[in-house]
Parts: sequence; structure tokens; C-alpha cells
Amino acid sequence: MLLDLDIRTTLRAGKQSFQLDVRLQTDSRRIVLLGPSGAGKSLTLKAIAGLLRPDAGHIRVDGHVLFDAAHGIDLAPQKRALAYVFQDYALFPHLTVRQNIAFPLVRGWFNPRRRHQDRQIDYWCEAFQLGQVADQYPHELSGGQKQRTALARALVTQPRALLLDEPFAALDPALRARMRSELKDLQQRLQVPMVLITHDPEDAAVFGDHVLDLRDGRIATGAGVRAA
Amino acid sequence: MNAWSALALSLKVAGCATLIDLVLGVAVGFLLARRRFPGRELLDTLLTLPMVMPPTVLGYYLLVLIGRHGPIGAWLQNTFGINLIFTWQGAVIAAAIVIFPLVFKPARAAFEGVDGQLEQAARVLGVSEMALFFRVTMPLAWRGILAGVLLGFARALGEFGATLMVAGSIPGRTQTLSIAVYEAVQAGQDDTANLMVLLTSFVCIAVLLTAGRLAPGRLAGRREA
Repeated sequence: MLLDLDIRTTLRAGKQSFQLDVRLQTDSRRIVLLGPSGAGKSLTLKAIAGLLRPDAGHIRVDGHVLFDAAHGIDLAPQKRALAYVFQDYALFPHLTVRQNIAFPLVRGWFNPRRRHQDRQIDYWCEAFQLGQVADQYPHELSGGQKQRTALARALVTQPRALLLDEPFAALDPALRARMRSELKDLQQRLQVPMVLITHDPEDAAVFGDHVLDLRDGRIATGAGVRAA
Repeated sequence: MNAWSALALSLKVAGCATLIDLVLGVAVGFLLARRRFPGRELLDTLLTLPMVMPPTVLGYYLLVLIGRHGPIGAWLQNTFGINLIFTWQGAVIAAAIVIFPLVFKPARAAFEGVDGQLEQAARVLGVSEMALFFRVTMPLAWRGILAGVLLGFARALGEFGATLMVAGSIPGRTQTLSIAVYEAVQAGQDDTANLMVLLTSFVCIAVLLTAGRLAPGRLAGRREA
């Protein structure tokens, strides 16, 4: 099983509480969690990445146990070998495009240098047409360039799976349509499993292979339809 | 009168106090910004007290604590044979406490201003907690921290009350510039006082100009442009 989730957790904010109870098993490599805001999509994605600790259940990706409450296993986010593309990309504002992409490749207490040379970085800059802007800072980039930089930084780590939080929400409609098909092509080329969360049914229709409806913290019954 | 040796002593005391507060202020500022624990705001309030309390009151507290019969003072005397009263090291401690709020408060604000999502992104990318502090958090917070540190240094140069209570006014040993000004005026040595006052003003203006250049607001303005 590629993705095997059983995430149960209760979150409290003041007097309100929210129950998350997401169970799913799939071998699909393009999984879409579709639901309105507040349905628990981001929480689910954060739990997979290790940024949120569920109360109970388990998380397995491609046979690797990342979390298992019953056995007391809870890998740190650093040890999960996943990649995460945040909704507003979370590019490091003090680093250039090249430094951002090289960031996960460099260990220790210092960031990669501005002139950091690495064949992998050159490869990804070329693949994502970032060569022209490689020495620019994130605030100088267009929306599409920011997203491609975030994707390159995520993929350079050769992750077990790529988690994408509303990756098209910040883009204008024309660019959104283009990036959807670019991302789908990319997934088919690299075969890296992707889990994408979105509130936009169009994203799910174009990109999704296995689409799950998430409502009020649960996978809606009768959902889990696989596209042909 | 040796205005220059008083200036040198002031710079030494203020420099040492600032270095101590740089380390402690960054640690406390980070703790207050990033950790939730009971009594967090109370700790912040207690550490802010030196900003509003009369320096003489602080000096008196210090005397009680590190004086020969105080709990810390007696322990230092018995264990290491160290006496801090009427020494320049005592003046450093007095100055470090007086300026601590000026250092840790901007540090806390600077750390709170760093987008936590960037740190989460670094975690998922496999970077350890220690490394992400130096590679993400500090590079984004250091301007705010440094502005506070420079303000603290300027304030330490002018420290008078607490220093006088703890270290006294021994010319050449514990008589800092601000205390020397007072002594000179008391003794009617107006020429010496004039020189020292101008000297102090010049150093403080230079430090404040530097601090102003580093203020986070200025940086943000430049980024927008």
C-alpha cells in the first residue's frame, strides 16, 4: 500500500473543538483530498509531514511507518523523507533561488553560498526554467516562478512522496490551468507519489487520479472514486 | 582629570555588559517567543522591571544580593574568594541588569516576527533544529536583535545610579564617564566636565545612528522598494 492513513485527533481552540478522523488506503500516485476550508485538509497534510502529532492511528508511506501511536513511533519531520510545498511556498526570503533549491542538500549550520555549484541544482533550474532568475530573491519572482522554485526545492531531496497544500490557489486563472497540467506531466515523468489538497473541484478533475472528499474532518462516505 | 581613562572604562564596562546580555537576551527572547510555559508573561514582566525601577533601587537590590553578606556574595566569597563590590566587574553586572530589557524585548519581537512556516519548511527539508536556528531563524531576526543590542550599549554607557551603588566611584578603577562627570561638576572642574559631556554625547549619537540604520522598519521599507 502506497499511502495508508489512519489519523485521529481532536483539536481545541477555546470552547470549540474539531475532530479529525481520516482513514484511507490507496495505491494511487496522484491523490487529491478535496474539501471546503475548515474540513481538515491542511491538518491531514501536516500530520503526514510530522508537523502535527495525531492522538491515535498510524501513517505509512510506501511501506515505511512514519507514525504509529500503538507502538509509540513518531518520526521527526526531518526523518520522514517527504517534501512539502506550502500554499504560499515558504521560500526563504534571505536566500536566492539557487540557495533555496540547494538548502536541503547542504548539511551543518551554514546555508549554501550564493555561488554554490551543484549539478543537481543546475538540472532543476533548467527543468523548471529558473536559469534566468537563479540569483534573484523570492520577492523578485512571479507567482509561477515562486511555485517552480518551491517544487524544485522539494524534489531535489528525492522524497518518498510530495505533499502539496493548495498549490494553485495563489495563481491567476490562466497560470493555474497551465500549472495544473505541468504538475500532472511532472508526476507522470518522475513517478513520485503526490498528495494534493485543494478546495477547487477543477484541480481534482484535472490532476487527481484518486480523489477523496473531505468534510468536517472525515472522508465522505461513497467517495474515494477513482477517475478512469 | 583623566577623561580618556574614564571613557575607556565606560566602554569596557558597557561592552562586557552588552556581550553578556547579547547571549542571555537572545536565549530569553527566543524562549519567550517560541515556548509556551506557565508564568511566561510574568517572567517577561519581571525582566522588564529594570526599565521602570529607579537605578538606585536596582543597585540596592544588587548590593543586598552580591554584597559580602548577601546570599550570592557570601557564596562567591567562600567558594572562589571573589568580591564584586567596588570592582569594575560589579559595574558590569549592574549595567547588564539595567539594560537587559532593552536587549531581550527586541529579541523576542524579532523572533516572533519570523514566519514559523519557514521553520516548518526547513524541518521537512531535513534540517535539524539547531541548524535551522542558525540558517533560517537568526538570519531573519538578527537586525532586530542588533538594534536592541546597540540601544542597550548606548544606555550602558550612560549608566549611573546602579553602578554608583555597587561599584562606587574609584578614579581609574570604577569611575565611569557618567560618574566622572558628576564628580567633576561637584568639584567645580567645569572644563573637564565639558569635555566629558561632549565625549559622551558624541559616542551615544554614533551608536544611536547605527542602531537606527539597522531597525527592522527600515529594512522592510527597502525590501518593498
